[in-house]
Amino acid sequence: MTHPHDMGGRKGDGPVIPEPDGFAQTHHEWERSVLALTLAAGALGRWSIDRSRAAREQLPDYARLSYYEKWLAALADLCVDKGLVSREELAAAAKGAVPAAVPLAPQALTAARVAPVLAKGSPYARPGQGPAPRFAPGDLVRTRTNPDTTQTPAPGGLRHSRLPAYAAGKVGRVLLAHGPHVFADTSAAGLGEAPEPLYTVAFRAADLWPDAEGPADEVTIDIWQSVLSPK
Amino acid sequence: MPHDHHDHPHSLLPSDPALRVKALESLLVAKGLVEPAAMEAILQTYEERVGPHLGAQVVARAWADPAFRDRLLADANAAMAELGISGRQGEHVVAVANSPGQHNMVVCTLCSCYPWPLLGIPPAWYKSDAYRSRAVREPRAVLADFGVTLPEGTGIRVWDSTAEVRYLVIPERPAGTEGWDEVLLATLVTRDSMIGTGLPRKPDAP
Repeated sequence: MTHPHDMGGRKGDGPVIPEPDGFAQTHHEWERSVLALTLAAGALGRWSIDRSRAAREQLPDYARLSYYEKWLAALADLCVDKGLVSREELAAAAKGAVPAAVPLAPQALTAARVAPVLAKGSPYARPGQGPAPRFAPGDLVRTRTNPDTTQTPAPGGLRHSRLPAYAAGKVGRVLLAHGPHVFADTSAAGLGEAPEPLYTVAFRAADLWPDAEGPADEVTIDIWQSVLSPK
Repeated sequence: MPHDHHDHPHSLLPSDPALRVKALESLLVAKGLVEPAAMEAILQTYEERVGPHLGAQVVARAWADPAFRDRLLADANAAMAELGISGRQGEHVVAVANSPGQHNMVVCTLCSCYPWPLLGIPPAWYKSDAYRSRAVREPRAVLADFGVTLPEGTGIRVWDSTAEVRYLVIPERPAGTEGWDEVLLATLVTRDSMIGTGLPRKPDAP
């Protein structure tokens, strides 16, 4: 099955439009609000980054929505799914009616915590966890033929895979071994972190594209061990 | 019908995105889940403090100090920490160096992964369908959109950020900068040169 977010190698898109150097500009005031609201709500810790990516990918109107419209729609869906707000509250808020204000929840991000929280980030490496590495830099590997995940989501979970369709069923060479990382597929599906060794795998562009531009060109992806088999 | 639009709660919100975000924001604030001052602090962070000037500091030091360059290529996060740089969407950074005959370019075809602590939030083109779809297949045609032509015979490695590793391109140090200090060198480092869709400014350029 093809997914609209999995667009690497797609034909028919127009030119890339460069922008001035320096800090990236948001083009509408409401986009600033979406950015800030998404990060502030994300800091509540009720969903993983994989879950939020999956929520965006599942939007039935993905291809039609602008970037920050996707973020906003996925945020609303996640807030309802995790019980932070109800559908009824959302419908009422759309008409300008919000419940009486209550004090800030203890887990809510405060202005004073923003700088340390953003500077800390949340590492996804899980040293010492999960299966032993099967591959080392230089090894030839083949990616799974089906780009979709093999994970069956838990109730309320979402299907999610990070193997792009263009790199599915292809032979590449392990370039970097990153050690165990949170497995995006299970994390998004509500099945836990299930850490696995993560690798950067390099493919010859000519093995991916019939019209590759240069004989020495390569494309790399970052992918987990269970998606790979020995060549 | 999981793909019925009306099953998705977001369809309950107004269609105008400005009203849409206002409705959700008002609700989350009233319920004590989001603090408006925290939203302001987030925006201040990425509009005033965390931007490509930080990545430029890292690149300039790598140009000026070969031992730092070695540390950066071996363990980018440890080297960034020497400059006090860390954070969200940059927890696992790999620095990749351009060299004569080898150019690096970074994309995220599946979404918009980007090294925030080094470059800030991504520009709109990085998140566009056109860049995401084309960068892996026709990188030279994309470079042409940026006015960049690589020397003949140069190989391109395109890094598709499909997990939580983030990539920083270390462009080649421009000729004619011998003896320049880090502060001056950093003025030549553009955001796009650290993504691989641009080259550093030349020392004589205005």
